[in-house]
Amino acid sequence: MTLSYHGRAKVFLEEIGAEDFSVVLVKTRNNVFKGVLLPRPLTEDDKHIVLKLNNGYNIGVRIDKVEEIKLLGQKARKVISPSEIIKAEEYADVSIIGTGGTIASRVDYVTGAVYPQFSASELLSRYPEVEKIGKIKTVPLLNIFSEDMRPTYWREIAESVARELNSGVKGVVITHGTDTMHFTSAALSFMLRNLTGPVVLTGAQRSPDRGSTDAYLNFLSAVKVAAQSDLGEVVIVMHQTPSDTYCAIHRGTKVRKMHTSRRDAFLSVNSHILGIVNLKEMIMFSSYSRKAGEGEVEVNTKLEEKVALIYAYPGVDPDVIDFYVDKGYRGLVVAGTGLGHTPEYIMKSLKRALENDVTIVVTSQCLFGRVNMKVYRRGRELLKIGVIPGEDMLPEVAYVKLMFALGNYTEKSEVTGFMRRNIAGELTSSLSLRLFPPTNQIYQGV
Amino acid sequence: MPLDYAKLGLKVGLEWHQRLKTHKLFCNCPSKLKREEGKVKLERKLYLSESELGEIDPAAEFEKIRNRTFIYHVFRDVNCEVEADESPPLDLNKEALEIALTISLMLNMQPVDEIHVMRKIVIDGSNTSGFQRTALVALGTNKSIVQTTSGSVKLETLTLEEESAFIVKTTPSLAEYKLDRLGMPLIEVATASDIKTPEQAREVAEKIGMIFRSTRKVQRGLGTIRQDINVSIKGGARQEIKGVQKLELIPLILKNEVKRQLTLIKIKNELKKRMVREKDIKNNVYDVTEVFRETHSRVLKKQVEKGGVILAAMLPGFKGLLKQEIQTNKTFGYELATYAKVFGDVKGIFHTDELPGYGVTEEELKKIKKILPCKEKDAVVIVAGKREKAEKALKAVIKRVKMALNGVPSESRRPLEDGTTEFMRPLPGPSRMYPETDIPPIQINEGLIKKAKRKLPPQPEEIIGQLVKKHNLTYETAKELFIEDKDKVFEEIVEETKVDPKLVASTLLNTLKSLKRNGVDVKKIGKKELIDIFKAIREGMAAKEAIPNIIAFLAQHSDLTLNKALEKLDLVPISMEEAREIIDSIIKDNIHVLKRKREKAVKIVMGEAMKKLRGKMDGKEVYELVREAVESKLIGD
Repeated sequence: MTLSYHGRAKVFLEEIGAEDFSVVLVKTRNNVFKGVLLPRPLTEDDKHIVLKLNNGYNIGVRIDKVEEIKLLGQKARKVISPSEIIKAEEYADVSIIGTGGTIASRVDYVTGAVYPQFSASELLSRYPEVEKIGKIKTVPLLNIFSEDMRPTYWREIAESVARELNSGVKGVVITHGTDTMHFTSAALSFMLRNLTGPVVLTGAQRSPDRGSTDAYLNFLSAVKVAAQSDLGEVVIVMHQTPSDTYCAIHRGTKVRKMHTSRRDAFLSVNSHILGIVNLKEMIMFSSYSRKAGEGEVEVNTKLEEKVALIYAYPGVDPDVIDFYVDKGYRGLVVAGTGLGHTPEYIMKSLKRALENDVTIVVTSQCLFGRVNMKVYRRGRELLKIGVIPGEDMLPEVAYVKLMFALGNYTEKSEVTGFMRRNIAGELTSSLSLRLFPPTNQIYQGV
Repeated sequence: MPLDYAKLGLKVGLEWHQRLKTHKLFCNCPSKLKREEGKVKLERKLYLSESELGEIDPAAEFEKIRNRTFIYHVFRDVNCEVEADESPPLDLNKEALEIALTISLMLNMQPVDEIHVMRKIVIDGSNTSGFQRTALVALGTNKSIVQTTSGSVKLETLTLEEESAFIVKTTPSLAEYKLDRLGMPLIEVATASDIKTPEQAREVAEKIGMIFRSTRKVQRGLGTIRQDINVSIKGGARQEIKGVQKLELIPLILKNEVKRQLTLIKIKNELKKRMVREKDIKNNVYDVTEVFRETHSRVLKKQVEKGGVILAAMLPGFKGLLKQEIQTNKTFGYELATYAKVFGDVKGIFHTDELPGYGVTEEELKKIKKILPCKEKDAVVIVAGKREKAEKALKAVIKRVKMALNGVPSESRRPLEDGTTEFMRPLPGPSRMYPETDIPPIQINEGLIKKAKRKLPPQPEEIIGQLVKKHNLTYETAKELFIEDKDKVFEEIVEETKVDPKLVASTLLNTLKSLKRNGVDVKKIGKKELIDIFKAIREGMAAKEAIPNIIAFLAQHSDLTLNKALEKLDLVPISMEEAREIIDSIIKDNIHVLKRKREKAVKIVMGEAMKKLRGKMDGKEVYELVREAVESKLIGD
């Protein structure tokens, strides 16, 4: 029994006792409409009511034009059953951990509202082909859009992955919103050791309510990688091109969402993609860590959350740095300009931060290429005051890695050593010419 | 005998689809078609689960069977991420909305207070997103009426929607589309099923079309306006004939459709009489390839050589019905063949109502009938091709044959050039729509409506009436000028040159068209060139007879000025005196012949004179001079 209207429209509708999905007859000077009263989002005005007409169209009717409104009845609203909690199957090949996002949504075709959907039966009915790949079980863990992701959720996901792999499944798929998927993949890459199976993140750039959704190929490809590959790494599996032909398999620490909306938004940066996959085949191109043959997955969720990611740009205010220092932050990652530079006028604040025992890592906002702080004077000055060069790490990856380093080590030398050591494929010793521009990877083969 | 449509319960509703002359509806790409194929191609699939479609929609089921791949041609200059379904839509094109409001008001329809853009699920791949964006802009009231000579027709809805992608190629496993057309703004106006005769349908279609044109904001040319026709008769079933482009075909299509439905009902009754029941029609498909090992039928032989098979199915009690003509020159057998083609991607079928023939012998038929086995009253359908395709084709035929027991199935049909129609797919259920959540509702406030009302163009009849009155044109000429969107140019030329309006009209309507037909690139001759030519005529620099020559010459030599062209064409008019001299010398040179053929003299001289005088003097004047000269020179003898 709800009425989702506000303000004048609410008063207007309450007078006749209407609710969302009431069937109403509305008379205006020129027309008579019969339709179902649809909910109206609070972001819209309070001057209109929304009707779904018999021909399927929705229209808004201005309430001050209504001469008469009559309540005819109530439309039985389709009940969308809450995701059933899945009992662990006796045996499963792949565990699907749900965290929310576009891929795990379904639409109510009446209202257009998006509901979470995640039960195994729902996934099976949507993607019946999954049965041909392997037996799945589902673990509904979170239901958030990925812009709402937090470090503490990374811990929950890491623990859940370890639990699933240690329970004997061949691999794990994590369905995730795409906005911050690459942060999560980096975090899991550092937090999980001795992986006994692939950990695959996937999502959707086009919602599953539309026929053109990319969720289908992404999800099935991800399950295939989880069930059938011998990867011992955290990877992201998403469309390789705008076509529904292959998904790319990206290393979890070398990947970034590089486009707001395209299917192939995710690109490997300073790294080749590991391989490509679709329903028919999986082709691996690059070397990767094989899954551990024995032992249990180890999980280490210690993270220092007082770490910030800041951007260097003309006009950046050094007070920003001072603020973090004064707030007791322990680490800063600077996405520097070019080879890894910052303006001269913030040097003082950086120095003060370092003197206050804040670890500073400098990466490049160019994203592609390696920082090199020995070429220009500013770079050398930065090195001299004690910042750590982030090599070819993405700023986001350096941020997560620094959280992990500071969560686990206290000695400055240990932190520095950890940051400069390749832990999960995040540092590349040699950058091939074909890594840039990134389209080389897609259209010329790897 | 003419059909009594009232008695037959003919019901027709029309839907117009008219492209608007503005950029695309949800992005800023130009609404421009490309001739060539796209260099970049995308390969996509459409995924819809049953739960999404609710009750299974027959058309959806059909597509699922077809599990197709879609190829999209992308064009750099007319496509962006939006058409490729790689980005959410931008704001709705305001100009398109204004045009839609203008047309709503001209049709006396009531705009809604708030527009909600919807997603209409489309599963044939013609939209990259899997849905078409569409919005209801105005509704009919009791004033939204089109008057025709045989009664009034009510208008129901006006929607603004995206144009679909242009189909290049389609097979059961693949469809290829060009994205240049996708997203162009389109308005759809639908009538109630008030139309009662084929002629009335045409009349309504023409009237509405003229109103669209009077806005001067609609695209012109083939394909820019299409009609969908919804039609049914008593005891028949509703058909949707999609995308009729030529107005004059509408009555013919409707007449054919009535005939088709009547004949299908007749076939149903005949089957009842023959006591054929659904369970008698078996789904069994027989492999009869062996029978045709040594066949003389080239069609069958070729398929077998290519590794195909020949399959046959028995249609109990159908003998003679397959050769029944259900549309002009199209038999019931042809109808079955279209099912085979659409579902099985085969070239066609053979059936016993047309055999022996096509190289298939009596002997071969006998063998088949023995294998199936079938009796005298039964018919047999034969399909050749790859096993999988042939099987699908034959199963589709059997399915269609079963439908014949109930008369007329509801279908979407494609209109053909000769006024007949062809099966496209089963009629989809009511379209499934849900809100386009990427676009917030759009309020139509009074200001917007007032603005549209202020700029409301005159009604077509007003424009035509004005032309008739002001320029003394016939109604037909004026209407044609308006329909072809040449009335504005016409008025400007007349205004500027003060030449006889009839000459200007006939140049615009007839001369240019016939020159174009003869391969002249008349696009090169614009308003400016025409004004120059008419001025030259007014100044006596050329005779009006020379207009086609001048236009053709200028179109070919666009680097030349008009004066140079006139010089080159030797079209400078000559005086009466000079003309008389020329004619006199012709008579002198031919005097013997002329005397022998006195009764044909005028004609002979005229022929010779025109060779020399064409374009320099009005033909009628030449004739007068010739007649005078012949009379005085020959008769005077």
